[in-house]
Amino acid sequence: MKNPIVVSKSLRVQQWREFWFYFSASKTAVAGLIFLIGVVLMALFADVISPHEPAEQYRQFAKVPPAWKDGGQIQFLLGTDYAGRDMWSRIIHGSRLSLLAGCVVVVLSLSIGVLLGLVAGYRGGWLDSLIMRVMDTIMAVPGLLMALVFVAILGPGLLNAMVAIAITYTPSFVRLTRASTLTELNRDYVTASKMAGARPMRLMFISILPNCMAPLIVQGTLSFSTAILDTAALGFLGMGAQAPMPEWGTLIAENRDLMLSAPWTVTFPGIAILLAVLAINLVGDGLRDALDPKLKRS
Amino acid sequence: MPLLEIVNLTVDFATANGSFRAVDSIDLSIDEREIVAIVGESGSGKSVAMLALMGLLPWTATVSADCMRFDGQDLLGMNDKQRRKIIGKDISMIFQEPMTSLNPCFTIGYQLTEVLCQHFGGRRRSYNNRAVELLQQVGIPAAETRLNAYPHQLSGGMCQRVMIAMMIACQPKLLIADEPTTALDVTIQAQILELLVELQQNNNMALVLITHDMAVVAETAERVVVLYAGWQVEQRSALDLFSNPRHPYTEALLNALPERAQGKLLNAIPGVVPGQLDRPKGCIFNPRCCYVQDLCRQQLPERQEGVLCHYPLELDLKPSRSSQDMVTDS
Amino acid sequence: MLPFLINRLMLLVPVFFGVTLVAFGFIRVLPGDPVEVLAGERGVSPEKHAEILAQLGFDKPLWQQYFSYLGDILQGDLGVSIITNRPVIEEFFELFPATVELATCAIIFALIIGIPAGIIAATKRGTWVDQGIMGLSLTGYSMPIFWWGLLLIILFSNTLGWTPVSGRLSFFFEVDHVTGFMLIDTLLSDEQGSFWSALHHLILPSIVLGTIPLAVIARQTRSAMLEVLSEDYVRTARAKGLSPFRVIAIHALRNALITVVTVIGLQVALLLAGAILTETIFGWPGIGKWIIFSVFSRDYYAVQGGLLLIAVCVMTVNLIVDLLYGFINPRILQQRNKT
Repeated sequence: MKNPIVVSKSLRVQQWREFWFYFSASKTAVAGLIFLIGVVLMALFADVISPHEPAEQYRQFAKVPPAWKDGGQIQFLLGTDYAGRDMWSRIIHGSRLSLLAGCVVVVLSLSIGVLLGLVAGYRGGWLDSLIMRVMDTIMAVPGLLMALVFVAILGPGLLNAMVAIAITYTPSFVRLTRASTLTELNRDYVTASKMAGARPMRLMFISILPNCMAPLIVQGTLSFSTAILDTAALGFLGMGAQAPMPEWGTLIAENRDLMLSAPWTVTFPGIAILLAVLAINLVGDGLRDALDPKLKRS
Repeated sequence: MPLLEIVNLTVDFATANGSFRAVDSIDLSIDEREIVAIVGESGSGKSVAMLALMGLLPWTATVSADCMRFDGQDLLGMNDKQRRKIIGKDISMIFQEPMTSLNPCFTIGYQLTEVLCQHFGGRRRSYNNRAVELLQQVGIPAAETRLNAYPHQLSGGMCQRVMIAMMIACQPKLLIADEPTTALDVTIQAQILELLVELQQNNNMALVLITHDMAVVAETAERVVVLYAGWQVEQRSALDLFSNPRHPYTEALLNALPERAQGKLLNAIPGVVPGQLDRPKGCIFNPRCCYVQDLCRQQLPERQEGVLCHYPLELDLKPSRSSQDMVTDS
Repeated sequence: MLPFLINRLMLLVPVFFGVTLVAFGFIRVLPGDPVEVLAGERGVSPEKHAEILAQLGFDKPLWQQYFSYLGDILQGDLGVSIITNRPVIEEFFELFPATVELATCAIIFALIIGIPAGIIAATKRGTWVDQGIMGLSLTGYSMPIFWWGLLLIILFSNTLGWTPVSGRLSFFFEVDHVTGFMLIDTLLSDEQGSFWSALHHLILPSIVLGTIPLAVIARQTRSAMLEVLSEDYVRTARAKGLSPFRVIAIHALRNALITVVTVIGLQVALLLAGAILTETIFGWPGIGKWIIFSVFSRDYYAVQGGLLLIAVCVMTVNLIVDLLYGFINPRILQQRNKT
């Protein structure tokens, strides 16, 4: 007998087409997606694209301005930093770190958050209260501060920063999943499944979870962009990726002393962060409009 | 001179699927102290026509008419500021959902005195007595205590009474009631209708009653306008309409009433009201009309004596009846 | 109102204990030898080690340590800073007004510009005005706040010379510390022009800190207004012949603000996080800069105390926002009273 849970291929294709129809209705979302794909490609092919080694120091070319300004050179498109390293190459390689941070943070916080949310919503009772109080506690401390405290314990570094940030994002996923779970629990199909003898795990992951996907996807996208910002913030404060890693926030930190004499060293990494986050936010908005018309912001 | 004169009113909406004509060439003329009912199914454009008159349609709507005059003033050519002097004061409108039509953040007293203050100036507090008077007029007990109540503390029927009080506060010459009883309990419906008729008589108002309930029409209206999918298919006096409907749609509508059912099945009209994308060629009712001829499918009908039909039903001279008889008559 | 308040407070109690657990646990999970890490003593004899350990309170069972910690907190003793040897709570409250002043100005900036922007975008929906405002707001919260600050310093302080680079007051002025709020203290002092100097120093940091709240508030106001403007009671207000200004500013806005107030409350937690970055960039002597300095200089008691106090601040603000919410929307109060 055919497993009714498995959706036929043609139905999936049709769902994708419908999704793409709504998504592509927003030109800004598509523009954001294209830019994002560009950044991903840039990160994947960083070694090939980048004109110089990110760590290579050209001592005689320290603090060279961008190519279009006086004194700029074409080989250093966006200028060089205090040690003569090419800014453009460093930014290209930095994209890897930012995207990695975004992925790790979202994967961690989403998976833990969804698991806890499902359990809290499904089980209810004292377990629910406990989980929610723990989440409330995490939310009572501002995210960056919490991340700083964790990094203070674990020591500075990109990996620790990512874990710390992931912990601060978990509560929002828990809340979302729990709220969706509670709504779904009241529905007839869940009662029917229970009566048919479905085990809790099956019920939670196969029946309930797919119906909570839309808000989770939207939140996941937003968290991706915030993760990049927070990773950069920690990098800027010296608690995230450590120099000479070309993480964008760290780049700004290590060139802060030059900010007045060589402003390009500080401006361009920031623009990179801004554009990447903007692209992701545009995609996120497009996703929200496409996935649930009720959540439409206009 | 009629109080309200509308000639060839048309309303188009700009939608994602192109332009949608919600109201198509409506003519309506109302005299002072007259009660007119506008009847039609959902989507017939009855609310839209009156909202167009009041200037309450969203920006996606385009309103056009050959003539839209109220009390001698041209409503079409008016700018918003001039229109706001008339709306709420000489023409008023009450809506279908009384519970959501009142602002939940302000007290009843505030909302009542606000409209008086807007049109007659002065301090809002000075109108408190008048507000109490109005509440008593619409039959709300313990009116003084209600001034400080919030809408969510009142029942649906009470909210509708408050709405009515608010809209007759400035003693309008014309009151438009858009399905005022649809969202209320059956027992309250009769009370509200009675109230409206009473107020109409006491305050010398003209009343336009928008409804889909034929029994209500039979009870209260002097004249009836029947709308279908934005078209005005028939306009007659109530007595004549019920005894001799001349448009096939009106006849079908009356036949579909439960009181006229024979046997176990209701005489439903086959088919559905056309949506935006499936407007038929020719007469708009032709897919569902049981008297349809070839001409109906090809050409738009002309209006003959208030009936928009190529082949209006034959006149059948019958003496006038009571309203109950009118409804059950077959 | 009172039962509502008590209800809310009851919900906060477990969270408060949770935060104390986190603060308590923070010290306990620090890697390394507590004597070395917390007292700075290394290479001591075993007897001295045990003595210092007892001094720190580490020799007792964990649960007992927690309760004595709890007891200390409730008496206002949050430990002593390893660096300055002053009570943490004293240091915190000395620097707290600076951050409050900055955050308040930031929020005022965000509200004064954000709410009207959102209203305009909603009423002119679909036009380039709407798209422009929304585009700017999207850019606003996609920016790294520290970079934005540096950029504005480069532009306005350095290139144009319009604003000062750092600090709260030009060093020409000597003002007595009365309240800790520079705007008030300068008014109270008799130093001519000090008030304007204080204001001058507040401009850029407030704009930087307030940019993200501004963007969020503008977006939220717009979407709340759009929803409200399509409600029946707005149509009724228009049907009464009220002027557009009255319909929007009084009937629609009051209801739209309900959602916006909640958002403002959420922004406060973010403001405190943003303050850490803003104060670092502008050399603003508030708790943000203090906490970063403490983390870097391994002043763990200061971090612990700061963590707890900041969390309490966030909880308090959220409580106030909840109360405000109940005040604006009478229905919420009624419902709460029934439960």
